[in-house]
Amino acid sequence: MTTTLQPLDVAAIRKDFPLLSRTLNGKPVIYLDSAVSGQMPLAVIERMSHYEREEHTNVHRGVSTLSQEATDRFEEAREKVRAFLGAASAREIVWTRGATEALNLVAQSFGRMVVQAGDEILLSAMEHHANIVPWQMLAQEKGATIKVIPMNDAGELILESLDELITERTRILGVTHVSNVLGTVNPVKEIIARAHARGVSVVVDGAQAVPHLAVDVRDLDADFYAFSGHKLSGPTGIGALYGKLAHLEAMPPWQGGGSMIRSVSWEKTTYMPAPAKFEAGTPPIAAAIGLGAALDYVQALGLDRIAAHEHELLAYATGRMAAIPGLRILGNAKDKASVLSFVVEGIHPHDLGSILDSEGVVVRAGHHCAQPVMTRFHVPATTRASFAYFNTREEVDILVSAVLKAIELFK
Amino acid sequence: MSDPRELYQQVILEHNKKPRNFGKLEPCTHHAEGHNPLCGDQLELTLVVENGVVQDVKFQGNGCAIDVASASLMTQAVKGRPVAEAEAMAEQFRGMVRGDLDPATQTPLLGKLVLFRGVKDLPSRVKCAVLPWATLHAALKGEAEASTE
Ligand SMILES: Cc1ncc(COP(=O)(O)O)c(C=O)c1O
Repeated sequence: MTTTLQPLDVAAIRKDFPLLSRTLNGKPVIYLDSAVSGQMPLAVIERMSHYEREEHTNVHRGVSTLSQEATDRFEEAREKVRAFLGAASAREIVWTRGATEALNLVAQSFGRMVVQAGDEILLSAMEHHANIVPWQMLAQEKGATIKVIPMNDAGELILESLDELITERTRILGVTHVSNVLGTVNPVKEIIARAHARGVSVVVDGAQAVPHLAVDVRDLDADFYAFSGHKLSGPTGIGALYGKLAHLEAMPPWQGGGSMIRSVSWEKTTYMPAPAKFEAGTPPIAAAIGLGAALDYVQALGLDRIAAHEHELLAYATGRMAAIPGLRILGNAKDKASVLSFVVEGIHPHDLGSILDSEGVVVRAGHHCAQPVMTRFHVPATTRASFAYFNTREEVDILVSAVLKAIELFK
Repeated sequence: MSDPRELYQQVILEHNKKPRNFGKLEPCTHHAEGHNPLCGDQLELTLVVENGVVQDVKFQGNGCAIDVASASLMTQAVKGRPVAEAEAMAEQFRGMVRGDLDPATQTPLLGKLVLFRGVKDLPSRVKCAVLPWATLHAALKGEAEASTE
């Protein structure tokens, strides 16, 4: 059965984003860079501003009504993240600075606990540095090795090799749900099932997935799932780690300080239960509340409608860009989300980025913190356009004419 | 920069397409590698310096048009110059693209290299233009590596 989705009212949505009506280098801004950081709707900005003006204090601090109110708002935001990810309990949601800190937490706490000398950590070939470097640091410390799940030329993981890549020594498998360079949506549910069948825990980097598709961590059966608020219409400085409660309870704390302790004495210190055990110090309270407001906003729009709009836009952009002579799209996976990376013959991505910038078109040019992906495709860098629910076909057309202008200039 | 043509002038585009003094001098007296970690631009510079004069210089590597054209024009500009003068040019070039020196009056040694003055309006690209000069400076000082960070 198919239900017809009511399309998004993009014109109305755009009014929620003040930045979209500014100019850049004298041209209307065309923001095609949501994979770097999403824009925040006014509802989020105003919610944070309200907190700072009327509610600001600290959380989990004593008996004042003000602190209790702030704590309630902060914990409500955690509950929103729980519901958004489909977790069983809010105790499974740990606040972090973002996906990077969440992945480091897993490596430093869970990783240190389960990885020993001679063990293996298996990562996909399309990981962001945030899901590579923490594991390399751990591997170096423990004398463990890192193995890589390869990908094909379309940018899809080659899963035929998975069963051989997982060995007796594999302890952890790390995989990105959606590639930030190639847009590939990885079949994480299948990967997790196959890893679990061999007793391997799976850490999913969801930074690029949560803005585009509905995630249900229980359906996926992920052990850990990490994301950043700022790619999800929320502020910077906040993100979350979902972890199965049994894991979080078994894991040692990774940073010490206030809020994470039950009692401290010179003789013996005891810790709070999860998630507080992993949240030392004063958190970014306004940012957490703002992220809660961002989740309300995208859920009111509807993740299925967002996905439908973005898919349509990606298909349109792919068609128009693929028709440009000398332009090559990187990442042609069957299942793809909202990201279009490309290179143009004879024009370095940074030059292309500068020329697009002069046309008001904001894209990312560079290695996208995924240098092994650049190496795999034999390019020093790419230019990447990424689409959000507020983007339009007209904006894609402007991107295309700006690329054509660059080609003309460099001819 | 509202018009990219201000920066991507014909000279720069042309040197990007056909870089001069491209390659490697073997043997050489001075050598350094330049690296721009932010964008991955890489450059290898080899020089033959005799009697305090840059007799010959070549570069190779890959990078954006600003980087390649800057390297190409630099090799042309410093070839045959005393080392002290090449160093002074590097100083003036850096000052100009960072906006500290006015190319109209304060960079007399640069000659046609003032065509890179537009880079100062593109802070994100200053490092691309400066990388060859930073590498030259490192090579002349006897350092193996230069980085724009
Ligand atoms: C796939 C992926 N993982 C992790 C990150 C890191 O996110 P953050 O810098 O917000 O911690 C990013 C951000 O670029 C990403 O795209």
